[in-house]
Amino acid sequence: MRKTSPDVLPAEGGLGNEPLLALEDLHVEFGTRAGIVRAVNGVSYTLDSGETLAVLGESGSGKSVTAQAIMGILDMPPARIPKGEIRFRGTDLLKLSEEARTQVRGQRIAMIFQDALSALNPVFTVGWQISEMFRVHRGMSKRDGMAKAVELMDKVRIPAARQRLNDYPHQFSGGMRQRIMIAMAIALDPEVLIADEPTTALDVTVQAQIMELLAELQRESNMGMILITHDLGVVADVADKIAVMYGGRIVENALVHDIYKAPAHPYTKGLLESIPRVDLKGQELYAIKGLPPNLLDMPPGCAFHPRCPYRQDNCVTDVPPLYEISGTRNSACHYWREVLDGDNR
Amino acid sequence: MSDTPQVEPVPQETRTLTKDQVVATPPPVKRPKEARPASLWGDAWHDLRRRPMFIVSLVLIAILLVMSFWPSLFSSIDPFSARTCELATARQGPSPGHLFGRDNQGCDVYARTIYGARNSIVIGVTTTLITAIVGGLLGLMAGTRGGVVDTVTSRITEIFFAIPSILGALLITATFRDQDLGIWIVVIALSILAWPMTFRIMRAAVITARSQDFVIAARALGASQSRIMFRHLLPNALAPVIVIATINLGGFIAAEAALSFLGVGVQSPDISWGLMIADARNRFLEAPLPLVFPAVFLSITVLAFIMMGDAVRDALDPKLR
Repeated sequence: MRKTSPDVLPAEGGLGNEPLLALEDLHVEFGTRAGIVRAVNGVSYTLDSGETLAVLGESGSGKSVTAQAIMGILDMPPARIPKGEIRFRGTDLLKLSEEARTQVRGQRIAMIFQDALSALNPVFTVGWQISEMFRVHRGMSKRDGMAKAVELMDKVRIPAARQRLNDYPHQFSGGMRQRIMIAMAIALDPEVLIADEPTTALDVTVQAQIMELLAELQRESNMGMILITHDLGVVADVADKIAVMYGGRIVENALVHDIYKAPAHPYTKGLLESIPRVDLKGQELYAIKGLPPNLLDMPPGCAFHPRCPYRQDNCVTDVPPLYEISGTRNSACHYWREVLDGDNR
Repeated sequence: MSDTPQVEPVPQETRTLTKDQVVATPPPVKRPKEARPASLWGDAWHDLRRRPMFIVSLVLIAILLVMSFWPSLFSSIDPFSARTCELATARQGPSPGHLFGRDNQGCDVYARTIYGARNSIVIGVTTTLITAIVGGLLGLMAGTRGGVVDTVTSRITEIFFAIPSILGALLITATFRDQDLGIWIVVIALSILAWPMTFRIMRAAVITARSQDFVIAARALGASQSRIMFRHLLPNALAPVIVIATINLGGFIAAEAALSFLGVGVQSPDISWGLMIADARNRFLEAPLPLVFPAVFLSITVLAFIMMGDAVRDALDPKLR
């Protein structure tokens, strides 16, 4: 698709008090044989420099599609963005030409993927792949690029970086591979880093190390980070604020400590209650009843109503707007007060 | 990083390591030298060197290549010189100096067989290169771009697939017969008919590679379309194309012989195994050797390339290992 507006790249410093990244009523849909799948239905959030936003949700909630829309790596078609804006330092990325977006990708906004083994090219060495970032975008020589690659591998704490420069991705362990992916993503000092389930494929101890590394890199460079995950445990230590997604919409927006103190949406509450806890050992683990909605055939009214213990009659007919609870908090539940009060059902 | 296993956190420069990070920093693993080749190609080469089928085909192909570039190393007789043929000795059996006997024109069969290798190899190799490059590039483009580009090129290849190959080759060579293109007419005919196969294989391999995460990741990190095409898709889709090219090479050599046999391929005075077989067939019962020797050389050559292709395929497919 050709965009007609002039190719103005977002200014390096940003404009006035525009947030670093702002999503405004973003819609993404996929044309499939079975019909139109509305994967993202009006998502809005903002991210500032040095801030970490955790986007939480189960499979099919639209959290990854949102990230891919920001990166501009959705295959269009079948994907379409019928509505919405993705403003990066005040410039709507969706209006930029493909060439201008390629300039943004990797240099200004970078992304880390869930499975680093499949996200790294199997036929090139890791040194080659990291240094490629510098050769392509910074016009460095092969030798300088390799030197930078060693520097980066040291930075993400890969032991014996110099010796491992010429190893292939499959020769690394899962955690080390994810570090390489991170090294590639931060190579060009991006302003926004999107991490799409960066620790899901890793075991628990390695998860903690990777999260720690990401948090540290973020502190050093003051980049904004979007952390996409379905794991509430991962989020608590790292995130500043949380956006919970369900059925392609944001159902709750909050600062991280608020949400852990008292959730304001029944879905968030269900998620929190389904975390295994040591003090509840021996008891049955809570699970949210029912299945995530079929995106081809969304329930009318609130998408969560078939699974909701707080359901009232109007939930079946009226789509709840994103009610403002406080300056930093929203909930898309007609009965957020009851949920917030801890009214147990 | 030190070479000894770390038990205690070792402070590095200004950075202090926390307990977690020590876990993240295992001592460098000493890997045995044997484990070194670890790329797809490295592994394949490692694997190939130990396959008897590969070694045999490699030796045969090496001999054939030498034979086609320096035939005089194998035969002191120049078959292109009229003086070496004596009609009086036509169809004479093997004799000293004429190991394979003489053909219908009284020419030395051994010398002609040796000199015939060149045309077979040249035609086989150039046709393979042309089809691999044309079919490969178009397949890469169609697979990467998809959409209209893919649809149009795929339909075009289907038109070519619909042409029966020998009939198509007969038609093409017969049409361009007066242009005096020598052996290149065979190359042109075979290339026109064979590129769609390479196209299809490359396209399928690219489509498989395209949906893999590393291609999406490369895009997310700012790689341009052409960079993704040549740096990420091509190297990962090359293996099946190389395999089919090697196997096809044998097929092209056989096809050249068939066309020459039918009288539309290589023309006299050029020498070709197919042509020799055609010349010898009328008097086969009287003098079988002028037919048997080129036929044996032809079979061995075709077999060598197909064996090589098979071995390469097995080596490049990790699942068969």
